[in-house]
Amino acid sequence: MPNVDTSLAAEALARPETQTQIESLDLIAHSATLGVGLSHYLILSAILFVLGMIGVLMRRNAIVMLMSIELMLNAVNISFVAFSRFQNLIDGQIMVFFVMTIAAAEAAVGLAILVAIFKRFREVNIRFFEHLRG
Amino acid sequence: MSPQLLFATLILAPLLGFLINGARYRKHSAEVAGGIATGAAAISFISALAIFFQLLDLPAEERRVAVQFFDWIRVADLKIPAGFVIDQISGIMILVVTGVGSLIHLFSISYMHHDKGVAKYFAYLNLFLFNMILLVLGDSLPVMFVGWEGVGLCSYLLIGFWFTDKEKAAAGMKAFVTNRIGDAAFILGMFILFLHFGTLNFQELNRMVPVDPSLAWFGPIGLGTLLLFIGATGKSAQIPLYVWLPDAMAGPTPVSALIHAATMVTAGVYMIVRMNPLFLAAPNTMMVIASIGALTAVMAASIGLTQWDIKKVLAYSTVSQLGYMFLACGVGAFGAALFHLMTHAFFKALMFLGSGSVIHAMHEEQDIRKMGGLKKYMPVTHLTFLLGWLAIIGMPPFAGFFSKDEILWMAFHSPRGHILFWILGFVGALMTAFYMTRLMALTFWGESRVDKKIHPHESPLLMKIPLIVLALLSVVGGWIGVPHVIGSLLPGEPHNILEHWLEPVVKSVPGMEAGDPTLEWSLMGASVFFAAIAAAVAYHFYVRNPSQPKKIAEALGGFYRLVFNKYRIDELYAATLIRPLIKASQGLWFYVDVNFIDKATFVTADLVRGGGLFVRGLQNGNIQRYALYVAFGVVVSLSFILLR
Repeated sequence: MPNVDTSLAAEALARPETQTQIESLDLIAHSATLGVGLSHYLILSAILFVLGMIGVLMRRNAIVMLMSIELMLNAVNISFVAFSRFQNLIDGQIMVFFVMTIAAAEAAVGLAILVAIFKRFREVNIRFFEHLRG
Repeated sequence: MSPQLLFATLILAPLLGFLINGARYRKHSAEVAGGIATGAAAISFISALAIFFQLLDLPAEERRVAVQFFDWIRVADLKIPAGFVIDQISGIMILVVTGVGSLIHLFSISYMHHDKGVAKYFAYLNLFLFNMILLVLGDSLPVMFVGWEGVGLCSYLLIGFWFTDKEKAAAGMKAFVTNRIGDAAFILGMFILFLHFGTLNFQELNRMVPVDPSLAWFGPIGLGTLLLFIGATGKSAQIPLYVWLPDAMAGPTPVSALIHAATMVTAGVYMIVRMNPLFLAAPNTMMVIASIGALTAVMAASIGLTQWDIKKVLAYSTVSQLGYMFLACGVGAFGAALFHLMTHAFFKALMFLGSGSVIHAMHEEQDIRKMGGLKKYMPVTHLTFLLGWLAIIGMPPFAGFFSKDEILWMAFHSPRGHILFWILGFVGALMTAFYMTRLMALTFWGESRVDKKIHPHESPLLMKIPLIVLALLSVVGGWIGVPHVIGSLLPGEPHNILEHWLEPVVKSVPGMEAGDPTLEWSLMGASVFFAAIAAAVAYHFYVRNPSQPKKIAEALGGFYRLVFNKYRIDELYAATLIRPLIKASQGLWFYVDVNFIDKATFVTADLVRGGGLFVRGLQNGNIQRYALYVAFGVVVSLSFILLR
């Protein structure tokens, strides 16, 4: 985390002429101004990822689990975008498009399976489907 | 016909008979089963005769018909084809085996008429014949060994043929186990010979034997031949492995005649004659063979003096006669050994079949104390048995005289012989005359002691034919080996046909000189004269004065009981070998098998089972748990990478 005086940054932010400067600021100046760096994004991404994982691991409702998987995917997307932005590389953002596409396909397939299962069994609790056990 | 086809017929006919009778083993008709089996044996005999005549047409030095059917074993240096050969030695042997075998098959039809397992019996008998043919014709030790083991198996099956009787089943096992000891030595002998010579083919082995005899006890030849001889002591019932043969009398009597008198038990002698150049090169082994043979001849004969069971007497007689054959081998008279093997096959098969005829007539009674005076009930059996008796006690001109006297003469005269061997053989011959006369007297002559309820009767024609044929052979069988001293006096001066016949394949002991005819005559005269006296004494004891033997037995007291109890050799073996072995085996069983090997496997199994149960618990079907494991794994591997 950059070592910046935040009160100074808030004072400068209030001035209108600095608004335009902000937009043209380079990476470090930008983060210094907002107090938000790569780490914040990564922490957010990790928190979302773990929340999604907990959802997948704990919840019994298959629909909620699907939603949690979406959450995990998007947590990854955030870290992609963050890296892309902070390292001035476009690759991460392209990757995010792919992830979103795949996620959409996955959601479609997953929901289709769930609908089929629900039609057949009137049930979406995955504990109900534990038949493959030793 | 080509030799290939003749050999195939000779070998495979009994096997086919075995398969047919084996497939219909539940059938009860003795005529059908016996007809098939006897036919198979006869086909073999005829094929053997055909090959034998081909052999006669060849010049003396090249008398050898050999065939090879296929490569049996082919591993690195070891090449063993399934090869069979008929030469001067195996030619005689195969005729004896198939000829006497056919007669005994014929005899069995009547003898086993009432038995429930008659088809099974004939199947075994054919299987035996097949294996015996392999043994005789095999052109290498391993092929011979196949037959060697096969006849052992059939011997076991036939001794224990009435296996519901525990004692008879045990007798079969005893024979099998005792033979196995000899067989192990036989295999070791083969290994040693192969290691040294690189071949196991008889012809090659005999050709590769060094000229100088090897005096080393544990040289390859000395040790190899000694081990082969130990194998022979098992199969041919010599000291120390003879104990199984008397017990083998538990089998049906024709089996005793075929396997335990005429053919199988002579396999050891045959093997030694077959490899005579090799044994000649090992004088030490020869000495052992001669000593064991002479000792066995005397010891078995002395036991024979005291036995009451008709078959037991004949069994000990067989052991004793086999001793003579080994004595002959040991002093280098291989021709005489083969000669005695042949004549013995005739008269001993005859006597066993005769005893079978008697037992049949007496309704399974075997104790000669309960016989006597059977002469008038069974004239044919008596007459044929009489001829066999004259042959075995060595009365001229019956078969046994020529062969036994040649052995005794060679034991004395051969450079490898010794006067001690002659004395032992002479004493054995006297005892033979005594116990055989005793057997004749107690069975056929004198007062009848037969149980009033039993009415002895002469046996049917099918049993009489083999008796008559074998009796004729017992009379004339010896005439092919008339010794030179007698032959020169007879009109036409007949040669010793057998000696002449065997000359190309049987080597004589180096240093053999022409014998002194006066000496030969006197030894021959002595043995015949004293044998006649022994027979007369026995006749006097058991016919004229039946109370006399009892008095003598009482006078001898402890010694008599020792001999009667067969020198307590069985008890000795039980105490020194069998019981300790059983004890040791029990110890091994308890400590090694149960407490170590079993436990080790159980523990291993429990470990595997426990591991399986644990892993099984992991796969519980809860997909979220799996995901948790994955997450956990990721965390662990990541922390490993990051914190390293």
